[in-house]
Amino acid sequence: MSQNSKIGAGLGGVVLTAGAIAFGAFLSNRHQNRGYDDAANHTKRQPEGDNAQVGRSVTIRKPRAELFAFWSDFSNLPQFMENVEAIEAGADGVSTWRIKAPAGQTVAVKTEIASKKQDEVIAWRSVEDSEIETSGEVRFEDAPGERGTRVSLVMAYDPPAGALGRAVAKLFLREPQVQARHDLKRFKMLMETGEIATSARTRDETRAAKQENG
Amino acid sequence: MMRALTWHGTNDVRVDTVSDPEIINPRDAIIKITSTAICGSDLHLYDGVIPGVAPGDVLGHEFMGEVVETGSASDLKKGQRVVVPFTISCGGCFHCKQQQYSACDNSNPAEKQDMSATLYGQPMAALFGYSHLTGGYSGGQAEYARVPFSDVGPIVVPDHLEDDQVLFLSDILPTGWMAAENADIQPDDTVAVWGCGPVGLFAIQSAIVMGASRVIAIDHYPNRLALAKQLGAEIIDFRETDVREALMEMSGGIGVDAVIDAVGMESHGFAIDNMFDVVKQKVGMGADRASALKQAILAVRFGGKVSIPGVYGGMTDKWPLGAMMEKGLQVRGGQTHVQKYTKQLLEKIEDGTLDTTFLISHRLPLEQAAEGYKNFKEQQNEWTKVILKPGMEN
Repeated sequence: MSQNSKIGAGLGGVVLTAGAIAFGAFLSNRHQNRGYDDAANHTKRQPEGDNAQVGRSVTIRKPRAELFAFWSDFSNLPQFMENVEAIEAGADGVSTWRIKAPAGQTVAVKTEIASKKQDEVIAWRSVEDSEIETSGEVRFEDAPGERGTRVSLVMAYDPPAGALGRAVAKLFLREPQVQARHDLKRFKMLMETGEIATSARTRDETRAAKQENG
Repeated sequence: MMRALTWHGTNDVRVDTVSDPEIINPRDAIIKITSTAICGSDLHLYDGVIPGVAPGDVLGHEFMGEVVETGSASDLKKGQRVVVPFTISCGGCFHCKQQQYSACDNSNPAEKQDMSATLYGQPMAALFGYSHLTGGYSGGQAEYARVPFSDVGPIVVPDHLEDDQVLFLSDILPTGWMAAENADIQPDDTVAVWGCGPVGLFAIQSAIVMGASRVIAIDHYPNRLALAKQLGAEIIDFRETDVREALMEMSGGIGVDAVIDAVGMESHGFAIDNMFDVVKQKVGMGADRASALKQAILAVRFGGKVSIPGVYGGMTDKWPLGAMMEKGLQVRGGQTHVQKYTKQLLEKIEDGTLDTTFLISHRLPLEQAAEGYKNFKEQQNEWTKVILKPGMEN
C-alpha cells in the first residue's frame, strides 16, 4: 500500500513536470505533421505520434527578442511556472529542473537543449538519467501589426507514465494541459505587466504562500 | 483588521471583521475608503443569480478614498484622493492598448480564467468585489481595499469636488455614458431607455448631452420616472401604457432610432415568456430574464441601434432572432471601459455639463450596509442610490 502511494506520488510528480515543462513543442508539430488542414497537431481529435502532447499559444505585446532572451535563461522560468522550484544549469549543458510533487516531494528532470535559433525557437529534451522522459519547444513569431509576439509552446511526454500520471495529477488538480495553460498566462502577465495577477487580499492568501505553508 | 460588507448567501450580506488588505504586487496601492456605493448589479449577487460568489467575499465595486500605501511601481502618492474604476485593467495588453479596458487580458488571475473562458470562449477580465469568474478580488464596501495596477485605474480628483460628485466615475456614470455612445446617437434621433435606475438615468442624461432629439424613459416606479423627467426625458410607465404602441405613436410610425436596455437579467415584466424565465432562474436553470431587451428589439426601427448596458450572464430563450436579423440592427454591449472615460467625464462634472448627485437618495454608515441592500432591493421607488460612508457616525 505504502509502496503504491509512493509510486502514485512519483507519477504525480512526473506529470507535474510534464505540465510545468509543458512549455514546448507545438509549432514544430504544426509544421512537421501538417496534414489535410492547417491546425496544430495537439488540437486534432486524434493527434499523430506516440507521445501525449500539450500545447498552447498566447500573444504577448512585447518584441520577439525580449521574450526569447527571457526564456533563454531557464533560471527565469520558475517565476511563472508554479510547480517548478528551481532550474539549475550544469557545466555540461544539462539543466536540472526541480519540480514540486505532492506530499512535499520533488522530482528532478534533466534536460539538454535540442535546438535553438536566435529569437525564434528553443527546444529541449530529457537526457538519459532524467526521472521523466519529456521534450518541449517554445516558438516565437511576430504577431500582426503591433500585437507583439505569438508565443507557442508544445510539450510531449512519455504516454505510459503520462496516462497513469495524468490520472494521479488530476487527483491533485494539476492536469498538465491546465498547468501549461495557466503557466503560459502567467508568463504573459509577467512580460506585459511586470507582475503576476493575484486576487489575494493579504500576502498569506497568495497561492505561493499557501503552497509554502502546505 | 477592518470592517467590510461580506456575502454569505442569497439575501444574506453582513458587515464582518476581516483581515486588512496588504500590498502584494509592485503596482498595488491601498486605499482608505471614504465613500462606496451599492450598485444595481450588486443586487444580482444579493439575489443569488450570479455564479461563482463565495461566502465571505467582500463586495463593492464603486468606491473612492485616500491613498494610504503604495507598492514600489505605483505612481500614486500617499494622501491623494482617488476614484477607483470597477474594472481592473493592466494598461499594457492587446485589449487595454485599444482602450477596451474591461477586456483586459491580465487582470484575472490565470487559475480563475477557465470558467468564463468555457462560458464565453475567452476569459473575462477582473472586476472588484464580484464573482470569482471575474477574479474574486475583495471589493470596496469596506474600510480599505487593495487596488492592483494603481498606475492605470484610479483617477486623482481635485479637493474642491465632493465625494458625492465624483464617486460615480467608478462605474455608473461611465456606464451610462458608454451606453449612450453605443447607441451611436445622431442629432435627429429618438432614443428609448428601459430602466430608470442609476445607469438608465445617466444614460438618459448622456444621450441628451450627446444631442439626441428626444429621449423616452420607461419604468414603473413613479419616483424614478420623475427623476428621468427632471433630466428632460419624456416618460412611459409600462404598468399604465402599452410600451410598443406608445413608442410607435411617439416616433410617428417609424419606430425609435435607438434603444438602451438598462435593466438587465432580472427584468420585471408580465409577459408569459418572462414568467417561464423567472421560474427557470429560481430553480437554477440559469435563463436570463430579458423581457425589456426583447421589447426593445421590437420597438427599435429597421436599421436601428441596440445598446445593452444591463447585465446578463448566461443564455435566454425565445430570442427574437428573426427581428434582429430582418431589421438589420446594430447591437452593442459589454462591461464598461471605465478608464477610457474617467478623464473626460471628470471634466464634464467640473464644468457642470453633468449632474451626478441628483439620484442619491440615501447616505449610510458602512455598518448599516446590510439594511442598505435590503431597502435598495425592496423599496426601489424611494431608494434610488445608496452611498456607504465608512467614516460616518452610526
